[in-house]
Amino acid sequence: MSPELFNVAAAGAKIAFVWGVVLAALLPMLIWAERRVAAFIQDRPGPNRVGPLGLFQSLADAIKFFMKEDVTPTYADRFLFNLAPWITLVPAITTFAIIPFGSSLPVTLGGQTYDVPLIIADVNVGVLYMFALTSIGIYGIVLAGYTSNDKFSLLGGIRSSAQIISYELAMGISAIGVFMTAGSLRLPEVVAYQQQHIWNVVPQILGAVIFIISAFAETNRLPFDLPEAEAELVAGYHTEYSAFKFAMFFMGEYANMVAASALIVTLYFGGWSLPGIAFTGVAGALLSIAVFAAKTGLFIFIFLWVRWTLPRFRYDQLMDLGWKVFLPLSVLNLLYVAILVAAGKA
Amino acid sequence: MTAQTAAQPAVSFAPLLEKKFGGAIRPEPGPKSDIPTVGCDAATLKDLALFLRDDPNAKFDLLLDVVSIDRSRLPAAMRPRDGHRFGLSYLLYSTRHNQHLRVRVGVPEADPKVPTLVDTWPAANWFEREAWDLMGVTFEGHPNLRRLLTHNGFVGHPLRKDYEASQRWLCTEEDLLKTELAARTEVEEDIFETMTLNFGPSHPATHGTLRCVFRVDGEKIVAAESECGYLHRNFEKMAEEHTFTQVIPYTDRLNYCSPMINGNGYARTIEQMLGIEVPPRARAVRSILAEFSRIMDHMVCVGTNLVDLGALTNFWYAYQAREQIYSLLEACCGARLTSSYARIGGLSNDVPANFADWCRTLCREIEDELKEIDGLITKNRIAHKRMRGTGYISKADAIAYGFTGPCLRASGVGYDVRKDAPYDFYDEVDFDVPVADGGDNFARYLVRMEEMRQSIRIIEQLVKKLPGGPIVSDDYRVVLPPKEMVYNEMEGLIYHFKVVFEGIKVPPGEIYSFTEGGNGELGYSLVSDGSGRPYRLKVRPPCFPLFAAFEKMVIGGMVSDAVATLGTLNIIAGELDR
Repeated sequence: MSPELFNVAAAGAKIAFVWGVVLAALLPMLIWAERRVAAFIQDRPGPNRVGPLGLFQSLADAIKFFMKEDVTPTYADRFLFNLAPWITLVPAITTFAIIPFGSSLPVTLGGQTYDVPLIIADVNVGVLYMFALTSIGIYGIVLAGYTSNDKFSLLGGIRSSAQIISYELAMGISAIGVFMTAGSLRLPEVVAYQQQHIWNVVPQILGAVIFIISAFAETNRLPFDLPEAEAELVAGYHTEYSAFKFAMFFMGEYANMVAASALIVTLYFGGWSLPGIAFTGVAGALLSIAVFAAKTGLFIFIFLWVRWTLPRFRYDQLMDLGWKVFLPLSVLNLLYVAILVAAGKA
Repeated sequence: MTAQTAAQPAVSFAPLLEKKFGGAIRPEPGPKSDIPTVGCDAATLKDLALFLRDDPNAKFDLLLDVVSIDRSRLPAAMRPRDGHRFGLSYLLYSTRHNQHLRVRVGVPEADPKVPTLVDTWPAANWFEREAWDLMGVTFEGHPNLRRLLTHNGFVGHPLRKDYEASQRWLCTEEDLLKTELAARTEVEEDIFETMTLNFGPSHPATHGTLRCVFRVDGEKIVAAESECGYLHRNFEKMAEEHTFTQVIPYTDRLNYCSPMINGNGYARTIEQMLGIEVPPRARAVRSILAEFSRIMDHMVCVGTNLVDLGALTNFWYAYQAREQIYSLLEACCGARLTSSYARIGGLSNDVPANFADWCRTLCREIEDELKEIDGLITKNRIAHKRMRGTGYISKADAIAYGFTGPCLRASGVGYDVRKDAPYDFYDEVDFDVPVADGGDNFARYLVRMEEMRQSIRIIEQLVKKLPGGPIVSDDYRVVLPPKEMVYNEMEGLIYHFKVVFEGIKVPPGEIYSFTEGGNGELGYSLVSDGSGRPYRLKVRPPCFPLFAAFEKMVIGGMVSDAVATLGTLNIIAGELDR
């Protein structure tokens, strides 16, 4: 087997693995987990009837979504209305392509050993690709709000676009600090740097906090879930969506949450690495995947925990926080990291 | 039974009235337990209103209710001297002197007009609209005299005695509100600058069938108009067709978050009119369950309000407590939501044997739930940001708009019927009336939280000294006699027959009786003609003036603030629309 062919096969296998795990196993699990965690926090049982511990509840829900009538409002812009859920979901799951989810897996094939890095695409613009994709994902929400021909949806769409623009800035600027220390935009190198030195969260705690909070805003999770604030906007941008199209928004939200958690782990918490442990060989590769999954899982839990604890911001307060607090702070963080890097080099 | 013309509490400023208005104002007699009444003519009404509001000896700054009555079917002995068909009673309260007063005006049938008092008390706005809508009394100079509880396609005035109740009117989709709103904001229907946002009657944040129409600039509200009546079933007309006892189940449907309080208030009204003694055990149990109901009411308010703010979890903590209280109510009377527990003269049956212990355990559980909510919200910065300074109403405005209860107390006026005109056992227990100065959503939240703690204090004291004895009066002209008596004794059977078939004979007269409801002063104005049915029963729902002021409170804020404000005002549609 030629190396080229092997690479193609390996890439295919990795794509199948990541998307399979994320879409088929993780998202339904996550929705189940959200509901169980919510129930735990709220002192009630939660879904516990379908399957062991209610694990198959999401499956039942998915079937329900397939069976439901798909309603398109009469005065909606049909083409964009149908396109919007795709624009939300596809970028959300595509972001997983650049996240290193483990060390490298040695594969021996035909007497030849290949070292397969556990990342789908090691793109040299790395995180730029990620930001680009999340920005595209917002169009889904904006278009959904705009084309539904519903005032509540429209307000949701407006809120969303304003929110994402504000927080993307702070998020991007605080992430620059990470790439300055690592000296590369490629995420595997960011992980490698943290493995050799120290997790970025320690020297760049300010940047990490800004990044994490902005990630909440980017994923429309409480306390920043203004686009779909149910008490004010009924259901916000997806008020008019039903059946499978609604399910796509729903899945998109959770996929975004997983992606954001994975990115937080990769940028600030050492990715798949643990200090003092070298992940070599097949066992090491599998262990590194487990470490990565555990860390991501922890952050997902924090996402859930926060959602069921905090009230929601108001639109103008959200803007104030983004522009007047986070943006200056992230610039400050950038300066601080620049000084740190300069001092380290000198 | 009391003599009808017994001495009434004197009007302290009566000489002043005499001096200023001469013979135009006359004190009118009424039952002993009623509030003092003065009568006047439509011509002097406006001057009298101003005098009563502004004179330091009177200072009736709070308009509680406007009660309209059609006197055409009253027995001859009760007909007013002026001979006018309609009567209007303005119920006033003085926050300075802690005094109630009724101003009664006769309105002729031929030209049913009185000057509006909206300029004197802004609260009169909706009360007068209601009186016009249901009774057909016109208020000259009223800024917005339109249908309020009935719909635009309605013909006639249903509370008039000659209204044929079997008529049906078609409700068409006349969107009068929209055009009116556009006129008020002085902007054309321009989608690029502002838009009209319809909010309700079925919107997740309205918690009932309320409707508001906002004119929004972005998310900022530049004009607002609220509308009610979607749950109107004319409780007051129905009451006229039922015996006094049969009305009790209807009272549960007023404020369905705290049905016990409504039932108690109603039963107390009739008891006052009858002048019968309620056994102390019944009064104590009524107070205990009323306090539990108050906790439920506040729990519903706080819980759902926090849901509107996005803090969903508190809803379960609040409702957990509520469910537990329902279980207690169920053990007492068999029903969870619509308890119908109160009877005229006491309660329908005795409480379970473990009542006292149950109450104590419940208090502990409620305290735990309160602690959870406290921990999540009271010091939370986001909650502060959302609630502080939003939905603000000043002390003066709150009084002018007729606020009572927690919402008035959150604006800095410590009026609480339980303290200022104690009934049942409230003068024998020790509790505080929490008052906040903020006048905003956060102040209302804090007041409600503290009131729940005070309610627990009241319950604990009452449970400690829960008296024994009968749970219901033994006056069989009012209360159904026990079954053994009905089956074995002639008198028993006759009493039973009389109460069931003819209803309780309440002596003729008019009374205003008020208790502290979950949301403020819950008043019943009753006119009895001596028969077994109420001649006219008017409820003063505490959230009616609150919702009337809502549109004023939200203008200038964001849509999210309007949602938070609606939540802290705790508008209960069942009570609002009756």
